[in-house]
Formats: sequence, C-alpha cells, structure tokens
Amino acid sequence: MKAWFRTGTPWIWLNAGAIALCLVMVIGVLGLILVQGAAHFWPADLHTVQAKQSDGSMKRLLAEQVRAEDVGAAVLRDSGVKLESNELVYQRQLLKLGNRDVYGRDFAWFLSHDLSDRQEPLDATVIERREWGNFYGFPVKLLEGDKVVAEGAQLWQELVVRIERSNDIHDEINDIERGEIGVINKALESLRLGKRRMELDGAPAAEIAIFEQEAQQQKAELEASYAVLQQKLEALYEQSRRDNLIVVTAEGKTMTINLSQIVHAFQPNAMSIMQKIGHYFGAIYAFLSEDPREANTEGGIFPAIFGTITMVLLMAIIVTPFGVLAAIYLREYAKQGTVLKIIRISVYNLAGVPSIVYGVFGLGFFVYIMGGSIDQLFYPESLPAPTVGTPGLFWASLTLALLTLPVVIVSTEEGLSRIPSTIRMGSLALGATKSETLWKVVVPLATPAMMTGLILSIARAAGEVAPLMLVGVVKLAPSLPIDGNFPYIHLEQKIMHLGFHVYDVGFQSPNVEASRPLLYATALVLVLLIVLLNAVAIRLRNKLREKYRSESD
Amino acid sequence: MTQQQLPNAYTELDLANEKTKLQVNDLRLYYGDSLALKNINLTIPEKRVTAFIGPSGCGKSTLLRCFNRMNDLVDICRIEGEIMMDGQNIYDKSVDVSELRRSVGMVFQKPNPFPKTIYENVAYGLRLQGVKDRRILDEVVETSLKGAALWNEVKDRLHDNAFGLSGGQQQRLVIARAIAIEPEVLLLDEPASALDPISTLKIEELICELKSRYTIVIVTHNMQQAARVSDYTAFMYMGDLIEFDTTNKMFTTPSQQQTEDYITGRFG
Repeated sequence: MKAWFRTGTPWIWLNAGAIALCLVMVIGVLGLILVQGAAHFWPADLHTVQAKQSDGSMKRLLAEQVRAEDVGAAVLRDSGVKLESNELVYQRQLLKLGNRDVYGRDFAWFLSHDLSDRQEPLDATVIERREWGNFYGFPVKLLEGDKVVAEGAQLWQELVVRIERSNDIHDEINDIERGEIGVINKALESLRLGKRRMELDGAPAAEIAIFEQEAQQQKAELEASYAVLQQKLEALYEQSRRDNLIVVTAEGKTMTINLSQIVHAFQPNAMSIMQKIGHYFGAIYAFLSEDPREANTEGGIFPAIFGTITMVLLMAIIVTPFGVLAAIYLREYAKQGTVLKIIRISVYNLAGVPSIVYGVFGLGFFVYIMGGSIDQLFYPESLPAPTVGTPGLFWASLTLALLTLPVVIVSTEEGLSRIPSTIRMGSLALGATKSETLWKVVVPLATPAMMTGLILSIARAAGEVAPLMLVGVVKLAPSLPIDGNFPYIHLEQKIMHLGFHVYDVGFQSPNVEASRPLLYATALVLVLLIVLLNAVAIRLRNKLREKYRSESD
Repeated sequence: MTQQQLPNAYTELDLANEKTKLQVNDLRLYYGDSLALKNINLTIPEKRVTAFIGPSGCGKSTLLRCFNRMNDLVDICRIEGEIMMDGQNIYDKSVDVSELRRSVGMVFQKPNPFPKTIYENVAYGLRLQGVKDRRILDEVVETSLKGAALWNEVKDRLHDNAFGLSGGQQQRLVIARAIAIEPEVLLLDEPASALDPISTLKIEELICELKSRYTIVIVTHNMQQAARVSDYTAFMYMGDLIEFDTTNKMFTTPSQQQTEDYITGRFG
C-alpha cells in the first residue's frame, strides 16, 4: 500500500477524477439545455382525446402531449382531485391544449386514466397566431369577405398561399410603421426641439418667428406625407383583413380566425419525416431571426442576440485601450514601490466586486451624473425628458468595460512581464528610446496576452446580467440599436440581452409552461454565442502567437 | 593584489602606434553599496579587437556595458570617473544616450532578434532614425547582411520571421542589425557562448573581417577564442583590471602571476 502511494498513482487518479467530474458537470449542463432547448422546435403530433373533466363530464380535446409524471395519491387528494381507485401513485400528463381564448389556459394536467380514445386525425392543424398563442383545431372553410373560396380537399393549398400573402402585407405594414413613419416622427420632434433650443438660447423673437414659419411649412409637408402613408396603411390593413378562416375545435365549437392574425399554420400529423425536418430548421431559423411576441413567450429572440453582440463588441472596443494603456503604465513607467503595490492589489481586487455594485455605480455615475450633465450641456431643449441621461447601450457597455477592466489589465501586465529583457536591451542598444522600444517591440509581443485578457472579458461580459438591468437592458426594446437612420448606431437606445431574456422568460413570464422551452433555447443560444465570440478571439490570438513565436516560448 | 602595487596595469604596453578610441579614466562602479569596478584605467585602440577575459563575476561584462551606458537601466547602479570617446566624456550630462548607443553598437550573449521579419530586424535602427526611402533601406539591409556573412543564407527569405533562423544565424542577424546603423564601436558580450562550434567559427571569422571597419570590444570566457580573434587582451579579476597587453604577450609571457594562473587554467 505504502509503495503504491509512493509511486504517485493515487495522485494521478485524484487529478483525473477531478477532471472527470468537471467534464461530467459541463457536459451535463450543456446536454440538458441542448436537449430541452432543441426539442422545442420539433413539430409534435396532435392527438384527440376524450378527457374526463373534474365535474365528471367528458370533453373531446385536441392536444399535444408535453410530458408525463408520477404523483402520489396524497398529493392529488390534497389538491382536491377526487380519486376513485385506491392506488398509491397515479400517472398524470401535461397536455398543451392551445386555444387560450377558448379555455382560458393553454396547458392542463390530466390523470392518465381519465384520458381515453386517443386518435391522430390527419387534418389536425396547428395555427400560430399573433395573439392568444397557438390554435389547435380543424379548418373548415376559407372565406374571402362572405364568399367561400375553398373547402374540403382544396382548402389546405389555398390556405397556405393566402397566409403567405397576408404575411407579406404584414411585413409591409411593419416596414411603413417602423421605417417611414418613424422618420416623420423624428423630423417633427426635431422641429419642436429646434424651436425650444432657440428659445433657450435667447434668440431674438424675430428669428424665432422666421424659424416658426419655416417649421410650420415643413410640418405641413411632413403631415401631408404622413397622411399619404396613413392612407396607404389603411388600404393595407383593409387588404390583410380580407380573408377569414372558419375553424372548428375538437369539441365542435366553430370559430373564425382572420388571416391577418396567422403567422404560420401546419398539420403535423400529415407531415412526412422530411417535411418535419424542414419544419424543424425553419422553426429554429424563425426563433433566431424574429422579434418576440406576447410578452416574450412566443416568437424569436433576434433583438436579444443583436443587442448582446453589439453590447459586447462595444465593450471590447472600450475596454481594450483603457486596460492596455493602464497595464503599460503600471508595468513600464510607474515607479515600483509601495504605492504601486497598493494600486495593483486594488485593481486586481476590483475583479472580485459583485457585479451588481458595478450596476449601481453605472446607474448613479454614468447614467445620472455623466449622462445628466451631457443632457444639461448639449440637449437642454428636450429636458426634462432625458436624451442620454437614461439607461442605454453605451452606458451598459461602459459599465461592463469597467467590470472587465481588471481582467484586461492583469493579463496585459502578465504578458509584458514575460517579454524577455534581452529583447528590450537589443532595441535600446540600437539607440531606441524607451517609448520606441515599448511600441515597436514590446507591445506587439504582448498582443497575444492582451487577446487572452479580451477573451476572458468577453466571456464574462456576455454572461453578465445583474448590472445590465440597471444600466440599459430592457425586457422588450422597440427597435434595434443599429439601423438605417442617421447616425446609424444609436448608443442611447435601450437594448435587449440574452442573459436578461433568460431571466425574464424564466422568472417573469405570465405563461410558465409556454416559455419553458424558450428558456432553454435562449440559454443555448447564449452559450453558443459566447463560444462563438471566444472562438473568433482565440483564433485571432493563435494567429498572433504564431506570428510572434520565439524559440523561448 | 592591491592598487598600490599596480598603479597602472599596462604601463609597459606601448600604444604609440595606435589611435585611441576609448579611454577609461578612474572608473568606479557601484551596485548599491558594493564596489563592482575598482578604479579602472584602460585605453581601447581604434579598429582593433580588444578582448576582456576573467572568471565569472569579475566585472568584465559590467565594464563592457559602461561603454554604451546600458548600466543606466539598472536603478541601483552608480558610476564615478569618466570614459572618453574621441575626446568626449560619454557620461557628460550633455550626451544624448540614444545618440551614443547609435555609435556604440552591442551584441548580447543570447541572440535576441525582434519578433519581425529578417528585413525589418536589420532595418529597425534605420527606421528609428526616420529613414523611409525603400531604396536606401534595401541597400543597407543587403550590405549589412553581407557584412555579417548572412546574405547568402537569407536572401531568398528576407520577409520571413527572424525566429525561423538557427541560433548562429540569429546571432549574425543581430550583428547585421548592429552594423546597419554604422556604429564606430561594436561591443560583443560573449557573442558565441550560446552557439555550436561551427556557428562559433563563423562568428569569429566575422569578427576578424569587421575589425577593419569597427573598434571591437569582446567579452569571452573562451581563452582560445580570445587568443584567436583579439589584438589586445585585458584580464580582470574581482573588479580589478589585473593586466592589459597585446594578446600575443598575454598568452605567452604574462607579467602577472594571476594572469598566468588563469590562462593556464590553474584557477577561475
């Protein structure tokens, strides 16, 4: 035994065991979110079942089975379920019923033995609606105005075509409302602010009057073009409301769904495996590229992805120069002594400050003091409404930059201290000054270390949520921070963020069951995004390393 | 062995035929409180190879670094006395250190090329001086590399990373880099100690070629090397300059017992 210990084998086992444990945990987490998140997009089959209600009556339901679990009889009795048999454990099933407007809820638990006569009708249809969640039922006929255009066998083909048409109209309406009308509103607002600014500057009354006159004229023009757009919108709305779909639910209730309300419709039971795969990837693409709907419980997460990337990139642009310059000063120029030691320890310890503290600091100092002062100085005309003195993209990035500054400083310093002194000497001996040596020889050699710092800071920043809630991230942002309107990057705009989206969908959602798969999918996207950002940075670093590889490395 | 017995270690040496390049007068160097160089007096003749030999820690490298003021980089280092180069004290306040280092080049023990291409390594000193003309740079790079006997080996890969060269090639590249800015003096601090015998031989041949154009001071541990390449040799021990004479005389009939003991390998 003693001899076995002396061989060092136990250490190897211990180390390998630690690694194995880490791997199991990482793979476990990733596997969980991957399975849960990725399964959501698969078009599940629809079943009609005869379900016994709590009052004893039977009801025909069309539903998607979500999952089943075993519960103890006592638990069920406590929650007021009348049990007829005397088993200890019952199986119950969660069904997604959809039709929130009909049943008031779209998920329901049933005991397995209360469900009977399970069938899979081929024409069972899932209709994704813009409001009220999914509709599960059977299409009967398609109306244009009051006229029946399709029925029976031709119905489905016609429906698909007309849904596409109504979606096109919907996109067009969206473009006009967000784009052109947004531009007009902005122009009107700037006219109002222009006048207010002149008044604040104390311009003579005559000048204001002239401006007023011009403004009136422009305003009239803008309003005229607004009226044109409004008319166009009216027409489009009229167009989009043209078609109605008559549907019937499983229990036989007839309903009318306007086609403008439909995002997408499909019949999972009738789909072949290839069609299902196609639908699966289509759903993933839609999730990644669309805006969220219905309080983030439906639709996509594109604004959150976009916001996260923009914020992290902006953070990287801010933190790199500051961190690198600070590290160069600390390592190369500052007098090494007690004061510097204290400064260095303080900087290192900044990395351990809880991130919410940074959030509070960002809100108090950046947003209110800095942003407020900028408003006072440059945008007095729109006060008391703040222009930049409100949480937004730039402040969020700045706060994150502050948060990750120590990481960049520490790794840059490490990198600088690893540069062999012989290289510096070589440069100095050729008559270079200290700063020439630094910028032409030492700093290029330290770039891989700087990249390491940047990689770590990106990983930290992309996963951070707590401080962002205070300095610029919101549940739902009306528009993206980068668009086609001057000045293209809107640093003051509030953004959506994947980390915050996970929190919001997971804990603030009104519809827990509906948002659960989205939660996993969002978390998965966040993890993949961080991996992607890191992979790019690591590739860049390895390229630099290759370039500056020396024999001593 | 005290200063009283040896007021001037090389009084017998006749340098009347040589032009003086560097003149060290009463140089004392302190590291903090300890005296590392004790009252050195020495004349380095122009366009000759002068070798410093002596056991480790005797101060020969420290003395070498005084000639281009590399010791300035050490905070606790303090220097008294003067070193005259062409009649000007290089420790005078009016001397621009960068300017001095441009005329006194240095090659270190371990090859230290910059993380740049071979071309840029050689052009580095010129670029520092603001030379941008591509033709001048090309020309200087070529003549320097030829001067350092490296041109034929690297002419086809001037724009490859310098780290791709072998140790001996790197050391010759460093020499090319040093001579590219046309220094007057070349300081070599054990230039071949990290190299294999063949590379060492090439460096030694190079030194012999270079001495027609530069004043060369070389520190070496290798006695044969000193004997092979140098015209004059100085033997140092414990911060003292024990003996300075022509290499021939030093290695055949040294006047000091210590020198003889060291050269014959009885101590050190």
